[in-house]
Amino acid sequence: MLRKLSVIAAVAGLLTAGLAGPALASGHALPAKEVKWSFDGPLGKFDQAQLQRGYKVYREVCSACHAMSLVSFRNLGDKGGPFYDEKYSAKHGKTSNDNPKVKAIAKEYEVADIDSETGDAIKRPATPADHFVSPFANEAAARASNGGALPPDMSLLAKAREEGPNHIYSILTGYAAPPAGLKIGDNQHYNKYMAGDLTSYWSGSHEHVPPGGFIAMAPPLKANQVTFDDGAPATLDQEAKDVSAFLMWAAEPKLDERKQTGFAVMIYLLLFSGLLYASYRKVWKNESH
Amino acid sequence: MSGHSTYEPKTGIERWLDARLPIVRLGYDSFVDYPTPRNLNYWYTFGGILSLCLASQLISGIILAMHYNPGADHAFASVEHIMRDVNYGWLIRYMHANGASMFFIAVYIHMLRGLYYGSYKAPREVLWILGCVIYLLMMATAFMGYVLPWGQMSFHGAVVITNLFGALPLVGPAITTWLWGGFAVDSPTLNRFFSLHYLLPFMIAGVVILHVWALHVVGQNNPTGVDPKSKADVLPFTPYATVKDGFAMSLFLLLFAFFVFYMPNALGHADNYIPANPLVTPAHIVPEWYFLPFYAILRAVPDKLFGVLAMFGAIACLFALPWLDTSKVRSMRYRPTARIHFFIFVVACCILGLCGAKLPSEPVIPGLTTFNLVDADLNSFVWLSRLAAFYYFAFFLAILPLLGLFEKTLPVPDSIASPALSHPATIPAAATAAPEMKG
Amino acid sequence: MADTAVGAKTDPAHGEAPIRRDFIYIATIAVPAGGAASLAIPFIDQMNPSADTLALASIEFDLSKVAVGQQVTVKWRGKPLFVRNRTAAEIAAAVKDDHSSLKDPQTDADRVKPGKANWLVLIGSCTHLGCVPTFGGGAYGGWFCPCHGSVYDTSGRIRQGPAPKNLAVPDYTFLSDTKVKIG
Repeated sequence: MLRKLSVIAAVAGLLTAGLAGPALASGHALPAKEVKWSFDGPLGKFDQAQLQRGYKVYREVCSACHAMSLVSFRNLGDKGGPFYDEKYSAKHGKTSNDNPKVKAIAKEYEVADIDSETGDAIKRPATPADHFVSPFANEAAARASNGGALPPDMSLLAKAREEGPNHIYSILTGYAAPPAGLKIGDNQHYNKYMAGDLTSYWSGSHEHVPPGGFIAMAPPLKANQVTFDDGAPATLDQEAKDVSAFLMWAAEPKLDERKQTGFAVMIYLLLFSGLLYASYRKVWKNESH
Repeated sequence: MSGHSTYEPKTGIERWLDARLPIVRLGYDSFVDYPTPRNLNYWYTFGGILSLCLASQLISGIILAMHYNPGADHAFASVEHIMRDVNYGWLIRYMHANGASMFFIAVYIHMLRGLYYGSYKAPREVLWILGCVIYLLMMATAFMGYVLPWGQMSFHGAVVITNLFGALPLVGPAITTWLWGGFAVDSPTLNRFFSLHYLLPFMIAGVVILHVWALHVVGQNNPTGVDPKSKADVLPFTPYATVKDGFAMSLFLLLFAFFVFYMPNALGHADNYIPANPLVTPAHIVPEWYFLPFYAILRAVPDKLFGVLAMFGAIACLFALPWLDTSKVRSMRYRPTARIHFFIFVVACCILGLCGAKLPSEPVIPGLTTFNLVDADLNSFVWLSRLAAFYYFAFFLAILPLLGLFEKTLPVPDSIASPALSHPATIPAAATAAPEMKG
Repeated sequence: MADTAVGAKTDPAHGEAPIRRDFIYIATIAVPAGGAASLAIPFIDQMNPSADTLALASIEFDLSKVAVGQQVTVKWRGKPLFVRNRTAAEIAAAVKDDHSSLKDPQTDADRVKPGKANWLVLIGSCTHLGCVPTFGGGAYGGWFCPCHGSVYDTSGRIRQGPAPKNLAVPDYTFLSDTKVKIG
């Protein structure tokens, strides 16, 4: 039996090695910095103050170029979201659409609509039910304004990168002066955590190609770029962490609900397994096998 | 399967129904009174676990189809609609996505168990082949299901797999155009994949019924590989097997729930959260983990057509297995040499899976360069996959056929219940004599 | 029952010609078989490209957008199309290899329009399994396919890896010095 178990363990080890492989194989970027998030672990949940700070960074910095088209304004006031307020929840017969903070945020944006009487194309202030308005009309316009590079939509960014919010945090804090000997193009910036292969731009020896790659986005954050409403010091590190946490929320708004449900389900299944095991012992008590 | 049924309708309604449609009798004879070898271990619980997986996938899938929109412009957004706005949509979608992986974990264990205990040998050939058909349908279903979210991996996975058919001489290009419904993978492809992804699971369910029927005709195999000979060898299915299966199922559900609630994206690819873009292929494109061994075999062969043939050949070997293994002894418990090869085979499959996830040119031992052979350095994953693929085919096409003729087997017990061992020479009789003896 | 009767009567061992009643049975089976086969044609053919897909128009492309040494990717019939403005060095490298051992032998001149050697127009779909090769990658400075490592030279010819054929050249014509029509 022990030998069997060791074989299974070896097989499982090989499998995990195989699954972990792609992350290491692509590019030669440094592995992302490990950040301790409030939403880590089986009971982790979003830190609402952090999400509010992160939203502010997104609103004042990122949203100039990055769309977040899958997120609606009302989501900001949903349970687990940055502006959730119990007064505006189903408990009190209301929804996040009634949340005054959410309403105020929506009103800052304008959306295209059709006047129902004249049929003319008009612009109206957004409502909480609308999706975040993209900064550019289409992909071509976005590329034209950004030197040919497309700023990715941020709705799912934290799930669309192998190392998730750690990756976003590392990129934001990973800009560095290009090492001497690295040929860098116009509108390009060197970042140690960007995926890529710099071999063909490197004049030094092939063993010492610098890690990372080129990114078209100029360093977007610096200290005191935003003023946090809760008085938290606006260091680069703090801003980067907060916006990464906010983007994780944007990508997976149901994370709190998922982890809480999971905890109850695991306990239920453990109890049920215990009962089944007891029944099994009882049924098989007098039978050799 | 048994000549006589012990079902006795107790109430008037039961008697009335039994005279018109004896469906309760069928259920009673199949899942209550059905005689089950008393020595079945936990490896035998995966049949029940698989039926649980199928039911879970069918139910969650039907629900997802109520919210999903199969057009190239809307598919990605509709999946996110499910994740963000549909009540418990995130739960149902994560159950469905991780359920596919759980299904394959269970089916691989189930198949390896069959391989180890010789459950494909006479008279269970048809039972085994029906299982292979289910596996093939599962692969087709899983592949088409993975295309539906229309992310980058979905799209380019569909491109690579449909292009496999283009390797066929003469008819290849016509077949790929026919599969695509256009000049490339596009909206018509997605729409038909959705239709087939909905259909195939019901075909799986149909073949599962045949699989269970065949099982009940020939009876269950057991770890000794010796057929039950008397009442002492068997126990009624309920409660003995049901309670054991139930316990194993709940342990499996714990694993399933752990993935759904705590690592829902660990078995997927981050790139699939980027909407499909036909103009850019992700830097590292790999299929889902359960296809990796076959993908590695495809890449191990430097020629396109032969690579595709090798990949399909690897599956064809499974179908031919009942006739490739010549041994008269069923269970590898009594086949010491075959047992060693079985474990090497399992390791070879895992190595193939590992190679499938790596870039072919990547060195196995980092930093070591040996010498170039044919098209790659000897210290590369492509050569490791060639080695493992060679063993994979050798296992089916040489080792199992020859081993049965020359292997020295251990003595096999007379019956499940009795510890007495028969002489090795009488094994053929013992292994084939008994089908009519069961319950 | 009828089946066995037919089988028995037409058994060639008996050397009897089928009589009229057997003919009716055979015809009764053959007619629906033919009907089913005919019905299968529309059921199978519906999967082929539909009329609106086939009607996809050809596209015109303004070459002045492509700088020397660069490539622009446009979408044509759902597939990427590479338009590459090659440098003199890249053309020379391609011509030099015209007679080295190639998997799919073709000269560089065969793959461009006469007098327009700098313009290379290709379908950007790897001939192995259809991935989009990346520009400038691989040992020959042409393209490198990220999926299975096929390497193409600056003429788009396959040089290494599992792909069997060169990157395909679509039908195209020069409308003027700066404009091409593809398809």
